[in-house]
Amino acid sequence: MRKVIHSLKVLENKSAGGDNFTLLLEAPEPLPTITPGQFCEVKVDNDPTVYLRRPFSIHNVDYKSNTITLLIKVLGKGTAKLSGIKEGDALNVVYPLGKGFTISDEPKVLLVGGGCGVAPLLYMARVLNEKGIRPTILVGGRTTVDVPRVEAYKEVGETHVATEDGSLGEKGLVTQHSVFKSHLADFKRIYTCGPEGMMKAVAKAAEALEIPCEVSLENTMACGIGVCLCCVTETKEGHKCVCTEGPVFDSTQLNGWNIDKASTCSKPYLKNE
Amino acid sequence: MTDLSVKINKLKLKNPVMTASGTFGYGYEFEDFLDLSRLGGIVVKATTSKHREGNKYPRMAETALGMLNAVGLQNKGVDYFVKETCPKLTKYDTHFFANVSDSTIEGYVEVAEKINELDYIPGIELNISCPNVKEGGMAFGTSCPSAFAVTEAVRKVYKKTLIVKLSPNVTNIAEIAKAVEDAGADSVSLINTLLGMAIDAEKRRPVLSTVTGGLSGPAVKPVALRMVYQVSKAVKIPIIGMGGISNATDAIEFLLAGATAIQVGTANFIDPQVTIKIIEGIEDYLIRHRIKKVTDLIGALEV
Repeated sequence: MRKVIHSLKVLENKSAGGDNFTLLLEAPEPLPTITPGQFCEVKVDNDPTVYLRRPFSIHNVDYKSNTITLLIKVLGKGTAKLSGIKEGDALNVVYPLGKGFTISDEPKVLLVGGGCGVAPLLYMARVLNEKGIRPTILVGGRTTVDVPRVEAYKEVGETHVATEDGSLGEKGLVTQHSVFKSHLADFKRIYTCGPEGMMKAVAKAAEALEIPCEVSLENTMACGIGVCLCCVTETKEGHKCVCTEGPVFDSTQLNGWNIDKASTCSKPYLKNE
Repeated sequence: MTDLSVKINKLKLKNPVMTASGTFGYGYEFEDFLDLSRLGGIVVKATTSKHREGNKYPRMAETALGMLNAVGLQNKGVDYFVKETCPKLTKYDTHFFANVSDSTIEGYVEVAEKINELDYIPGIELNISCPNVKEGGMAFGTSCPSAFAVTEAVRKVYKKTLIVKLSPNVTNIAEIAKAVEDAGADSVSLINTLLGMAIDAEKRRPVLSTVTGGLSGPAVKPVALRMVYQVSKAVKIPIIGMGGISNATDAIEFLLAGATAIQVGTANFIDPQVTIKIIEGIEDYLIRHRIKKVTDLIGALEV
């Protein structure tokens, strides 16, 4: 898959509630082929304290209008700077990077997202829709504003929400949601992106039921193209680069993501780590 | 017509712009972004005698105009490099240099001997300056006797262009440069990263798994420039300068300070096409100053 460096034109910078915002970006030439789960590296200009590019999941792709959308949460100086970008400004972006989700023909698909980690799951759901698959989508966060773009997810899948304070959807973690607790065995593929603790709980529950589960990691990285070797994660085959061999991994390939076989609890995902 | 070519020992580079080890992979990772054959040279990721997993994550911390890394020489070992990686490099019209490191002199010699057999690799860069490994690496590059010993041992088995990459984490880098010149090095490259540290105040913990790491990026450029200048006064062999070079002006400053060629490192992460912009910028500078050969800039600083 060809990688490009583009100066993308900002068509829209819109709040997505709380600290979240979306950027609609237009490419100067036809978009390269982008797989759901792939990411981009964005250069943040005019701030010497933000030196490296910032990696973001690609939230949506529209080949017709030649645009991509990023869903970003303000977490530090780089994202704060980006949140102030104006319509008509340009962003220097390297994309598409990494290995995305595996798309199968299996119709029973569950997507689990936490907080701003839901970002790549919108494009994933849309690609599944094109194959005639309407996935079940379970998204969660601490409170309502931590679960961005719920309306957009409702359009592409059967969407359920869990919030820790109960302000939206069911009260509790996504792994405590009724869909997750009672109907998990119905699914044949699970894809998840969000906080590591959440993804680990989802992966262990999937493993217990022998459902293939893909997780999207977000280790801090520099180059984004597999040369600096800074973003590694430990796998069964040694260190692998999250930027090129991921960000999406089969959860059973990652060290520390499996069910502790010595555990006496038969349903480890209920431990609510 | 301007002449951008330079010579490192007997080896002619089409221009003075090389890439620094550990920042450019094996070159082909950048194929979508630029024509590798336009580069003066490519120094590939360090190779050791045995496979190394490197240090634990986290290995990187962003700093003001730079970054710290603590990768720890992760690589698949020299046998894999010779068998699997090298055949992929033969299609490009540029010089590939292997960066050789290890934890013992015997290990350095083993790697150098095996790479000496490869027709396609015209030179090696002996890495006696990696700050991120417990044994070897920088330990060899921080004293004159050990720098001399490892260079001399490798010189005996390695017949092609031998570049030695120096550590800035020393009191007097010119003395080390002189020691490796005396041991038979054809060239010195400098600087490797500066030992540094980052702390997460909220968590009261170091950011890197190894506590300390190597600082690179524009933040180190003034230190690197000073060291290239000092070394140029101490040795006769060509110097390859590096440390924070991000544009053509930076590169020209290193040439003026006494470098024959330069390496671009961390800047490749910010702009994968930066090396090409630097080559074009050097050419523009020569035209603008009516200088015919880039070699006329080497050490041309007027003090």
